[in-house]
Amino acid sequence: MIKRIAAAIVGIGVAGGVGFLAYAWYPEIAPVAPPPPSAFSKAQIEHGRILAAGGYCAECHTRTDGKRGVELAGDYKMDTPFGAIFSSNITPDPETGIGHWSEAAFKRAMRKGISRDGTQLFPAFPFDHFTHMTDQDIDDVYAFLMTREPVHSVKRDNTVAFPFNIRLEQAGWKLLFLHEGPLKNNSAKDAEWNRGAYLAEGLSHCSACHTPRNAMGAEKSSAPYDGAPVDNWIAPPLNEHNPTPVVWTEDEYFKYLRYGSAPLHGSAAGPMSPVVHGGLSEMPESDVHAIAHYLADIDKASTRVSQDPQAIAWAMKASMRDLVGPQTDPNARLYAGACAACHANAGPQPVEGRPDLALNNALWLDEPTNLFQVILRGIGTTEGISTVSMPSFYHSFSDADLARLAAYLRATRTTLKPWTDLEKKAADVRKTLVASPVASSH
Amino acid sequence: MTTFHLNGREVTVDVPEDTPLLWVIRDEVGLTGTKFGCGIGMCGACTVHIGGRATRSCITPVSAAEGADITTIEGLDPEGNHPVQVVWRELQVPQCGYCQSGQIMQAVSLLKDYPSPTDEEIDAVMAGSLCRCMTYIRIREAIKKAAAAARGDSSNG
Repeated sequence: MIKRIAAAIVGIGVAGGVGFLAYAWYPEIAPVAPPPPSAFSKAQIEHGRILAAGGYCAECHTRTDGKRGVELAGDYKMDTPFGAIFSSNITPDPETGIGHWSEAAFKRAMRKGISRDGTQLFPAFPFDHFTHMTDQDIDDVYAFLMTREPVHSVKRDNTVAFPFNIRLEQAGWKLLFLHEGPLKNNSAKDAEWNRGAYLAEGLSHCSACHTPRNAMGAEKSSAPYDGAPVDNWIAPPLNEHNPTPVVWTEDEYFKYLRYGSAPLHGSAAGPMSPVVHGGLSEMPESDVHAIAHYLADIDKASTRVSQDPQAIAWAMKASMRDLVGPQTDPNARLYAGACAACHANAGPQPVEGRPDLALNNALWLDEPTNLFQVILRGIGTTEGISTVSMPSFYHSFSDADLARLAAYLRATRTTLKPWTDLEKKAADVRKTLVASPVASSH
Repeated sequence: MTTFHLNGREVTVDVPEDTPLLWVIRDEVGLTGTKFGCGIGMCGACTVHIGGRATRSCITPVSAAEGADITTIEGLDPEGNHPVQVVWRELQVPQCGYCQSGQIMQAVSLLKDYPSPTDEEIDAVMAGSLCRCMTYIRIREAIKKAAAAARGDSSNG
């Protein structure tokens, strides 16, 4: 009897294993001769260019560490909890890129995360989002990529450790986390909302950074848009847990995503900067409006917006605090001397181009990471508001100075509990900069 | 290579991208009206306008100015007759003068944001511009006079 049960268990196990292999196994799609540019219409290539911008292909497929690589030639280093993954070359070079990929192979990669040769791709490539794209959009991205200059470039080897480097496991991951195919139209919402959902959930894959990931590296379905650390910055929550005093309305989102700055929240810096500049700024304005419309629904802006005038009035009062008359608090003096010239606002509304810190995202997040990043790096003209820049205070402030400035601002420009362990956190953020952005003037 | 507009003229410089903008303005372009003070963005002497906003050039890497419109004290007015410069002379604001181009650049930017600034607004925005000669009283007076002149008001505010 026991033998029979054991045999049955083994039998089920084998059948399951065979079933899984049958599920996980994909054939190679035969290589094709690289299609000539004449295979695609100009309009299709142009539409593909805009989509590739809105999907930020170049951000993760261009090397940025060490010597900057050629755009789309891959080798971008992604640090994951499982090891470093280096992105692939998606120029149409036949040997090292996707020159031999047919449209069908490209579509399978976008939809299912399977490489042309049948191997499983890691979900660092957000196919769990691209799977929602329409056939036409995927074809147009293909047309754009296949008409780029081929670049011969071999990427570095991934450092993903055993057992996570077994690519077959990805099939199990997909079984759990990949919801293949188009998003369902939400008939309770208008066309703009549905367009926004299509772009935000598919092409522009917002939640890839703004949703925390579980132990298997998948977005936590229990905490959509709850915010997450990314590339030594924090991608803030995009849902109602976003702690800023003024709500992210459709208008604020639109200004931020289109021009790089939301007057009542702050500027797009760090990894978010290229999402705007070179990304969403290339999209039709109506598409950016649609994303803003969708995100403002995610954070339930309409139910909370009525408190904004009160929040702005509070912030304007906080903004002028400690700036008038003799001041003996050394932290207040540090702020007055270093920051107030550009950041103090007398109200009734913050002046455009004078980002108010009492309203700023970075001060209201759970950790001071983004605040330290911005103070240390500054914000150049290619980021944030593209006509102005913020200097780098890398040499100006010690970690202790950064700590007391952050503690002072948190205490006087927010109503939230103090940050802890600030000097260490300042030092940790400083370590993420390879070098000072600005040479010492001394 | 970094390219930007300086006082309306296109400038391209071939310097390391972490070079402070102040060094580029003074040493590469040769405009020495903008001064070096503390070198850590704490005194305001190096203030220029980037995109119309007062910015400490000593801690701004030149790479952060790519494509920007930059104005220095020399570019405010070809004859040095910007309304703020005029009142600065009328009231004989400077003493030694070293910090004054930074003070003027900051004041011009203040008046754009707050055309009729209160004492509080002046204190808040000008606090980062230090003057070892303590000309603060005349600086405040000059800012108010410039604001009044812009309003077409003959009194000094």
